[in-house]
Amino acid sequence: MPFNGKSGKFNAAIRTVEIGTGDKAVKLGGECVAPLYSFDAPIENAPKVGVLITDHGFENESEGIKAYYEGCSNWGEIAQRAAAMEGADFLVLKFDKADPNGENAPVEDCLAIINEVAAATDMPLVIAGCKNAEKDAEIFNKAAEALQGKNVLIFSAKEENYKGVAASAVLAYGQKVGAESSVDINLAKQLNVVISQVGVDMGNIVMNVGTATAGYGFEYVVSTLDRVKAAALGQDDAQLQMPIMTNVGDETWAVKESTASEADIPAWGPVDARGVNMEVATAMAVLASGSNAVILKHPTSVATVSKLIKELM
Amino acid sequence: MALKGLDIFKLTPKTNCKECGSPTCMAFSMKVAQGAVDISKCPHMSSDAMAALSEATAPPMKTIKVGTGDAEYSLGGETVLYRHEKTFVSKTRYAVRVNAADVDAKMAVIDNVDYDRISERMHVEMVYVDYTGEADYAETVKKVAGKGKTIILGCTDVAAAKAALDVCAAEKPILNGATAANYAEMVEVAKAAGVVLGVCAANIDELYDTTKAIEGLGYKELVLDCTEGTIKDTFATAVKVRRAALAKNPDRTCGYPSIVNVAALTADTTEQCGLASLFTMKYGSIVVMDQMTYAEALPLFGLRQNVFTDPQKPMKVETGIYPINGADENSVCVTTVDFALTYFLVSGELERSGVPVNLVISDAGGLSVLTSWAAGKFSGNTISKFFQENVEDKVKSRKVIIPGKVAVLKGDIEAKLPGWEVIIAPNEAAQLVKFLKDMQENGEI
Repeated sequence: MPFNGKSGKFNAAIRTVEIGTGDKAVKLGGECVAPLYSFDAPIENAPKVGVLITDHGFENESEGIKAYYEGCSNWGEIAQRAAAMEGADFLVLKFDKADPNGENAPVEDCLAIINEVAAATDMPLVIAGCKNAEKDAEIFNKAAEALQGKNVLIFSAKEENYKGVAASAVLAYGQKVGAESSVDINLAKQLNVVISQVGVDMGNIVMNVGTATAGYGFEYVVSTLDRVKAAALGQDDAQLQMPIMTNVGDETWAVKESTASEADIPAWGPVDARGVNMEVATAMAVLASGSNAVILKHPTSVATVSKLIKELM
Repeated sequence: MALKGLDIFKLTPKTNCKECGSPTCMAFSMKVAQGAVDISKCPHMSSDAMAALSEATAPPMKTIKVGTGDAEYSLGGETVLYRHEKTFVSKTRYAVRVNAADVDAKMAVIDNVDYDRISERMHVEMVYVDYTGEADYAETVKKVAGKGKTIILGCTDVAAAKAALDVCAAEKPILNGATAANYAEMVEVAKAAGVVLGVCAANIDELYDTTKAIEGLGYKELVLDCTEGTIKDTFATAVKVRRAALAKNPDRTCGYPSIVNVAALTADTTEQCGLASLFTMKYGSIVVMDQMTYAEALPLFGLRQNVFTDPQKPMKVETGIYPINGADENSVCVTTVDFALTYFLVSGELERSGVPVNLVISDAGGLSVLTSWAAGKFSGNTISKFFQENVEDKVKSRKVIIPGKVAVLKGDIEAKLPGWEVIIAPNEAAQLVKFLKDMQENGEI
């Protein structure tokens, strides 16, 4: 008597959200099974992998990342190099320098980078801010306007600025918007609800429920993602059926395990190997819990994670 | 199928003798009904009642013990598929794969990774000895025995397995080698040596049928090797087996711990690390890899510690003084609670600031700043007492920075800690870098 297990296919499904245009456009979500359970039913759109580029450039990045971008003299070349990474599905531009508590780079600088990148590549674009809600709203506004027709994802509107950001990105300029909450299913749902009350169709929202690095309170991330997917698929909760995108690379490359130099802790070995494994392990764990896209930094991580996703489909 | 606590209670002696470890027969019955305790814990059940109950009340997934002494580990015994439903009870254990050719080299470095993280020892717990057809398999096994590692014999050859068990049976290894072709003989070998038997198969149907046949022979000390030809099939089998074991009507033939050999799925060590993460999340009781250097250990042990933590018990760090950025006795003190997440966030930001500080962690019950403050576990009293008893004789600086969220404590602490100046930090950890740098520039610390 062979094994006889029940299929875990659900009657509900995650919404499909498309970003980008033309051949390179990517679709997020659409599945009606638990994360990566392609054996229960085909997963319409495999999880996607994005490459993170910040306006700091690559000076402070690990050797491997720096080496990959060596020789790039402008943002257009950097974008093309990033787009050429094996397994890259989309590009993410993040404007850390714009933070008023940091360098406070003007919005015009951000726009210049955006325009250069947009002219150089036809990869789908995701525009991320600097974590300051007010400044982000300004950047997002201008970016959404400048990139009209490119169907980019504005990543992300938060509780403090969703009214302006979501309305301008989606309603005024026809882009997609991210809804950013911090590792809490109730906050995530509430933000989706209030964004849709501004008049934004739920089909234009991608969730960013936050993340942590493996080992750093990651259990909250696991349970938040698990519960969001359980509600979306198991209880057909339309307000949680948005696909999820997670910025893994930004988190994992900030912890001690990925930054401490080999000179400081010789036993730990080369920084690159540690950083890549931390990024890959965290990404796989986030995908196993339900993220529909991960944002990574290192070319080896991008290639590895996208290969493993393909193997699992 | 599932029995109610009251049904079980009717069959107990109702003497509340406490010999089962529960305070009353009723409490015991409730626990049995939940699958938390085995019915055999009650010494006074009649054998008829026992027989009737044991099948119906056995936990859906068996807890299998392997190894001896410090290297004894419990596998399985899970009752839920997701950690938020209750809690995962048996951590994933990582094994390094060795064979005749590389055993010396790998055993020489296997203990390079051995460290403590939030009161848990992190090291390679198991070694998987792969049989590669060599005549002296037992010699390879000998090199692994006696090293404080639980041994897994990856060997489908009956004679070789027998010889290997002769040298290591006392360490309670796992004999991972029963197949559809050899299971009858392997069961005899495992029974004779008193070891756990691993069931291997090419696909899930064969795995199921072989397991069923072995159960038919009366042997139930098993683990199921879910490794198949491809990553996709391996993942599917690991998930399907666990799902069937913990379904509403549990399939007890699936109710055993699993082995996933990611080293057999890809030679690339980065991919192995990604897969080890995947199978830590989804239902690998043992994950076998080619190596465990710090590059693998730091993410995987961290992930495991998080995923297998009890949601009802907060993770706590040790209390004490943690010098950061080369801080000495003259450096300023920063204090916060012992909740692991808070500690990691705050210490991370402090490190990024580059400013030497002494991070002082006192016992706040493992709660976050505001929660512990509300519960009276992080107050003027607790902080000043901890400083008087543990800090004043070790640190000369008399400045302490407290979390912005408990700014109200400033007056209280200053009153109870004469000579100390209390400085209020920002509300969020992320703002600490700028805050400390500014203070350093202004010469305030």
